[in-house]
Amino acid sequence: MSKINQPAPFHPASAMDFLPLPQLRETQLTRLKSIVQRAYDRVPLFRKRMEERSLTPDDLRTLEDTVKLPFSAKADLRDAYPFGLFASPLSEIVRFHASSGTTGKPIVVAYTQEDVDDWSRAMLRSFAACGVHSGDIVHNAYGYGLFTGGLGAHYGAEALGASVIPVSGGNTDRQIMVLKDFGATVICCTPSYFIHLIDRGAELGVDFKHLPLRVGVFGAEPWTESMRQRIEAGSALKAYDIYGLTEIVGPGVAMECLCQAGPHVFEDMFYPEIIDPQTCEPCPDGVEGELVLTTLCKRAMPMIRYRTRDITALTAEPCPCGRTLRRIMRIGRRSDDMLIIRGVNLFPSQIEAALLKVEGTLPHYQIVVDRVKGLDTLEVQVEVTPNVLSDTVGAMEAVHRKLAHSIESITGLRAEVRLVAPHTIQRSEGKAKRVIDKRKL
Amino acid sequence: MKLKQLSLFLQNEPGALTVPCRALAAAGVNIMTFSLADTQQYGILRIIVRDWEKAKAVLEDSGCLVKVTDVVAVEVLNRPGGLLAVLEVLEQAQVNVEYVYAFTVKRGDKGVLVFRFGDTEAAIKTLQAGGIHVMNDAELADRLQD
Repeated sequence: MSKINQPAPFHPASAMDFLPLPQLRETQLTRLKSIVQRAYDRVPLFRKRMEERSLTPDDLRTLEDTVKLPFSAKADLRDAYPFGLFASPLSEIVRFHASSGTTGKPIVVAYTQEDVDDWSRAMLRSFAACGVHSGDIVHNAYGYGLFTGGLGAHYGAEALGASVIPVSGGNTDRQIMVLKDFGATVICCTPSYFIHLIDRGAELGVDFKHLPLRVGVFGAEPWTESMRQRIEAGSALKAYDIYGLTEIVGPGVAMECLCQAGPHVFEDMFYPEIIDPQTCEPCPDGVEGELVLTTLCKRAMPMIRYRTRDITALTAEPCPCGRTLRRIMRIGRRSDDMLIIRGVNLFPSQIEAALLKVEGTLPHYQIVVDRVKGLDTLEVQVEVTPNVLSDTVGAMEAVHRKLAHSIESITGLRAEVRLVAPHTIQRSEGKAKRVIDKRKL
Repeated sequence: MKLKQLSLFLQNEPGALTVPCRALAAAGVNIMTFSLADTQQYGILRIIVRDWEKAKAVLEDSGCLVKVTDVVAVEVLNRPGGLLAVLEVLEQAQVNVEYVYAFTVKRGDKGVLVFRFGDTEAAIKTLQAGGIHVMNDAELADRLQD
C-alpha cells in the first residue's frame, strides 16, 4: 500500500466504477443496442455496412454478438470530413473538436450537450480514481482548443468541484511560476512535458520535490514505467496514466486508479475489445492485440467498433482498488505507422505531402524522432536534389525555410529540417525505412 | 564572356571536401579557383575548371550533386581602388552582386575576379559600358598559362 496516495472522499459518480459484473454487462448490452440502433437509423455509412452484412440492430442479442458488427476506422472520419458521420442535427451540436488526420485535413468530432456532460462525468471519474477531490487545485497544461485534452480535463475537474487553472500549453517559465505561486496539488499534461517542467524548474531554482503537487494526470502520448519512475523521483507527486482518443471522446476513456496498475476502461461508457490486427479475430483477455472501442453513450457521433490502432491487452484480473472495470496494459506501440510527438499524431505520409508541396517531386528523406531532456524532438533529413541545390546560400536557406514551414503547416509540429548530401540516407531493399525513433518507449 | 562555375553541396563533416577533390585529382582536372560558402549545417563549394563538362561528369560519377551557374570574370587593377572602380560601375547601375571571389593569378598590374550576379547579361553590359574588361574563355585560359 505504500504506493497508494491518501484516501480521497468517495464521489457518487465513481459508483459506476464498482458496478457488480452482471449489472455492468447488462448496462453495456442495453446501451450497445440503443447506440447501434441510433447509428443504423442516422448514419448512412453504418447502415450501408450493416446491410452489406445482412444485419439489422435486432441481430444484436448478446454482448458476444458485437463481433458481427462492422469495424470503423480513422479513414471513415477522413472520408466523412467534416460532418458526414454525425447522428445528430447541427442544431443539437454544442461542441466540435478535431485532431490531425493522415492527409493534412483534420478529423472532426462533435458533441451534444448530453455528450459533453457524459464526457465531463468520465473525466470526473478519472480524476476521482486517482485521488483528486474538491478542494484540489488543478493546473491544466493540456492545450485548450481543437485538441480534446484541455477542455476535457477542464470540465471534468470543474464537475468534481476542484479549482481549475486553465493555463493551457506552452510558456514553460510562466507555468513554473504559476505552479509555485498558486500551489496546485494536481497537474495535467503530457508526461514528457512534465519532465521538461521538472528540468526547467531545476534551472530556475524551483525544486519540484518541494511543490505541493500530489497527483499527475499524464496522457496524450505513450510513456513508460521508467518515465513514471523518473517523474516520481524528480517531484513529490504520483503519476497516473490516462488514456483517450479524439475519435471516441477525448481523454477519459480509461484511467489509472491509485494502484497505478494500468488504466481502467470506463466500460459502462466505452465497450472495449481486443482483436488481432491482421486477422481481425477477437483476442481473449490477457492477449495482446489492437484495442477496438465502441462508444455506448455518444449521441452526436457514435463510433461502433472503432479500430484505435493502439496495441495493448485487456486484463480482467481483480485490481486491489475493487473496481470491476477491466484494465488496459501500457500502450507502447501502434499497428500503423503513426508517431505521437509531443502529444500530436504524426504520419510519415504527412511529411511526404509537405516535402512534395515544396519540391514537386519526393526527395529521399528520413524522420528522426528523439527525446531530449524529456521533450520529443523531430528532425527531418532531406537529401538535396537538383531542384534545391543552388550556388547561393540565400536561395538554399529560402528552400530550407519553405520545407520547415510546409511541415509545420501540414503537421502542426515544428521540425528541425536538415539538408543532407545525396545518397547519404540509407536505402533499404523495398520499402525505405522512413522513421528512426530513438525514444525509449 | 560568361564563365561556367560548378557548385557542389557538401555536408558539414570531416572529409566532405575531399570527395570531390579526390575525384577531380584522379581525373587530372585542375581547379583554377574556388570559393566555399558555409552555413551551420552545410557548405556550398564553387569551383572553376577549364573543362567544366568533363569535371561535372567526373563529379557526378563520384556521387556529387553538381549545379552549373554562369559567372563573370573581370579584370581588375592590382592597386588601391582597383576593386572599387569595378564596384562603382555596378553600384551606379544598381546591379546586385551575389558574391565575388578571386583568381590567384595576376599578370603585370592586373588581377582577375569572379562575380556572380542575379542578372548576368545585364551585368556584363553594365561593366562593358563602364569600361571594365570582362574576360572571355580564351583570355582567361591564356592568363592561366603563366
